[in-house]
Amino acid sequence: MKTLFTELRVALLATLVLAAVCCGLYPLAVYGVAQALFPKQANGSLLTDAGGTLRGSHLLGQNFTSDSYFHSRPSSAGSGYDAANSSGSNLGPTSRKLADAIAQNVADYRQQNGLATNAVVPADAVTASASGLDPHISPANAALQADRVAKARRLSRQQVDELIRSNTEGPDWGLLGDPRVNVLELNLSLDRLGASAPASTSKPSI
Amino acid sequence: MKPLDAAQLALFVGILALITKPLGLFLVRVLDANGRTWLDPVVGPLERLTYRILGIRSSAQQDWRQYTASLLAFSLVSCVFSYVILRLQDRLPLNPQGFAPMSDHLAFNTAVSFTTNTNWQSYVGEATLSYFSQMVALTLHNFTSAAAGIAIAAALVRGMVGSSVRTLGNFWVDLVRITYYLLLPATFVFALFLVSQGVVQNFHLYTHAKLSDPFTIQVPLSDSNGVPVMTNVVVTVHTARLQADGTPVLKDGSAVWEDVPVSDGHGGVVRTNLPVMVDQKVDEQVIAQGPVASQAAIKMLGTNGGGFMNANAAHPFENPTPLSNFVQMLSIFAIGSALTYYLGRVSNNQAHGWSVWAAMMVLFLAGTAVCWWAEARGNPIHQALGIAADAGNMEGKEVRFGIFNSALFATITTDASCGAVNSMHDSFTALGGLIPLFNLQLGEVVIGGVGAGLYGMLVFVVLGVFIAGLMVGRTPEYLGKKIQAYEVKMAMLALLVLTLSTLGFTAWAAISPWGLAGLNNSGPHGFSEIFYAYSSANANNGSAFAGLTANTPWYNITLGLAMLVGRFLMIVPILAMAGSLARKRTSPPSLGTFPVSGTTFVILLIGTVLLVGALNYLPGLALGPIVEHFLTGQSQLF
Repeated sequence: MKTLFTELRVALLATLVLAAVCCGLYPLAVYGVAQALFPKQANGSLLTDAGGTLRGSHLLGQNFTSDSYFHSRPSSAGSGYDAANSSGSNLGPTSRKLADAIAQNVADYRQQNGLATNAVVPADAVTASASGLDPHISPANAALQADRVAKARRLSRQQVDELIRSNTEGPDWGLLGDPRVNVLELNLSLDRLGASAPASTSKPSI
Repeated sequence: MKPLDAAQLALFVGILALITKPLGLFLVRVLDANGRTWLDPVVGPLERLTYRILGIRSSAQQDWRQYTASLLAFSLVSCVFSYVILRLQDRLPLNPQGFAPMSDHLAFNTAVSFTTNTNWQSYVGEATLSYFSQMVALTLHNFTSAAAGIAIAAALVRGMVGSSVRTLGNFWVDLVRITYYLLLPATFVFALFLVSQGVVQNFHLYTHAKLSDPFTIQVPLSDSNGVPVMTNVVVTVHTARLQADGTPVLKDGSAVWEDVPVSDGHGGVVRTNLPVMVDQKVDEQVIAQGPVASQAAIKMLGTNGGGFMNANAAHPFENPTPLSNFVQMLSIFAIGSALTYYLGRVSNNQAHGWSVWAAMMVLFLAGTAVCWWAEARGNPIHQALGIAADAGNMEGKEVRFGIFNSALFATITTDASCGAVNSMHDSFTALGGLIPLFNLQLGEVVIGGVGAGLYGMLVFVVLGVFIAGLMVGRTPEYLGKKIQAYEVKMAMLALLVLTLSTLGFTAWAAISPWGLAGLNNSGPHGFSEIFYAYSSANANNGSAFAGLTANTPWYNITLGLAMLVGRFLMIVPILAMAGSLARKRTSPPSLGTFPVSGTTFVILLIGTVLLVGALNYLPGLALGPIVEHFLTGQSQLF
């Protein structure tokens, strides 16, 4: 009995001491150094527009529905890109619900971007990401949307392609991960272009 | 399957091989109570202060019963500590979002989950837990359950190599030294690296950002009391009025039409009962914040896996770049890999350590190859709908990781008992999802959880040596110790208890209304969701086929029990085996000793792991992912 009591006392003391070190000192030390060395990242890599309005995070996708913006992937986070409720669809390979959703997304994507009714579409354009907050689309997906955006904004295809290029991240170190286009950054740079220069009237090429 | 992907895999295995030796040598020093490290000047005083507060002597030795008692006492007390915090989080500090306390069954499940190094999550982190709960109630176990796992592995190895001794070391000293010398310094640096990549570390309120392109959604209408407004309309059918003899009533030569309420068969009428929907404009994005980096670092290094956010390492705030992803994958395997070197070093048989490592790597690479192939091949049902065939299965995956890094992460996290995910395993193809599930069922011995992987694998080593002994007709020996009935009984007990718990709970849930109520998918995939949940809980992994709604009293309690079984009913027989081995005298190897290194041993070990895993779980797998694979080929939907 005495041994049991001693064991529990040591266990309680160990819990408290380790909690103080691992759950107090450690996270606060990381907090202090992170805020000093990497303040932007530590606070969410937030993006503001020219007018100073907070528009989102470099790392988090958002829902875009207008023709004049590049569209993100379908999202299962809350009502769509809810950054306080991350989630995937968690629907499996033989799910009817998933197959129906993909069929609908494919039809919408073809219609929005003026593709043939039997055109093959990029996988990322019609499937939901794991987090529901994927900030990226594939370069192939961006290229298929470029004509629509160029037309809606009365820009030339070259101008839009140039923006896509400047918002494309390659594999890290030329090796890790897949090439990707940051949708929010791309759309914000489209808005900046619209704000600084009059919309081009040249006909969209191709 | 692109060439660049193969290069990433080669880089991963190469770096892992390179860090195994130096980290293993460091472990040798940390796991020796008198070992010296370069951190002594800083950490030494803190270590001695801790011993003084706990009132223990660092030189005190424990036999296997005392060691086990200390481990169980610490697990119990720290589990209750977390339970209390989760139940009282509304009255504790650092709760800027004002979250309510957890329900009793959810708090039980969560406290057990983190105590057992499982980190199964029945809750949505960013919508349930205060910063204090995340930082204290959960992070404490991320450190201590990892340290306890490494301590048990070290105790087992000490028992195996000690000749005619009674003691296995001191649990408290192991716990403190592993936490202070290994986990804390490594996670501190790792957390800062993660912040540099974009992982957040703050205590802000959730941020509100203004959308450039607001959109409209349909939401259920609620009345002033917050109760959803439902339609309540009698369902009618438009039908011709009939006479008593069944012929239509005619008026001016044509039938008389009327709307007749539909009977529910019990004398009432059927009414629609659907929520009334209204348009709601969404013009802002609420962004969850928090001290994520400090928790994400230890969740990987300690193979805990519990995410700060619901989407875990798929969430861009927990795993923002392919580089952060690569380092996170390395950190999952780092300590488990180094422990094989520790085994070789301490047992004076480095070839044995590397042979165990090689067996693990073969199983790891085989799993990776199948999962990668299956996901890159994609889903024929979806391809028939118009998805590009060369893109693979992107449902539940992030663009920055793509097919390969998602498949690799899924294999690593389930090999290693980590359970963090950077893609949703529930949405994998049938065979792609089979790999993570089968990995759990192999008992988490492919690198495995920190410590847990090594002691789990050593159980298979003992069995393998025993089987080899039977084949050649000699008394089996391992590291100069005779393997006798007691050791084999304990090894079998550890394996059979796990199997019984996994299959038993799965069978129970699969035929119970409470089990079926939680499913997100139907058909064989629904069974896979249940099978995965209990396999994950028993293996102390914590990843999920996450469509399963597990936050119900039945699931929370049964999964909690499965986690306790998987952790402690495995540890106790293993420590008993360690105690028994320690008492035996070490005899020098003879001509008839089966060598525990080299190709024959590696093949024997792999064979033992696969045989036990396959015999126990193949029938279950046939009902889930295997039949689903064939049904996918026939475009069968559920």
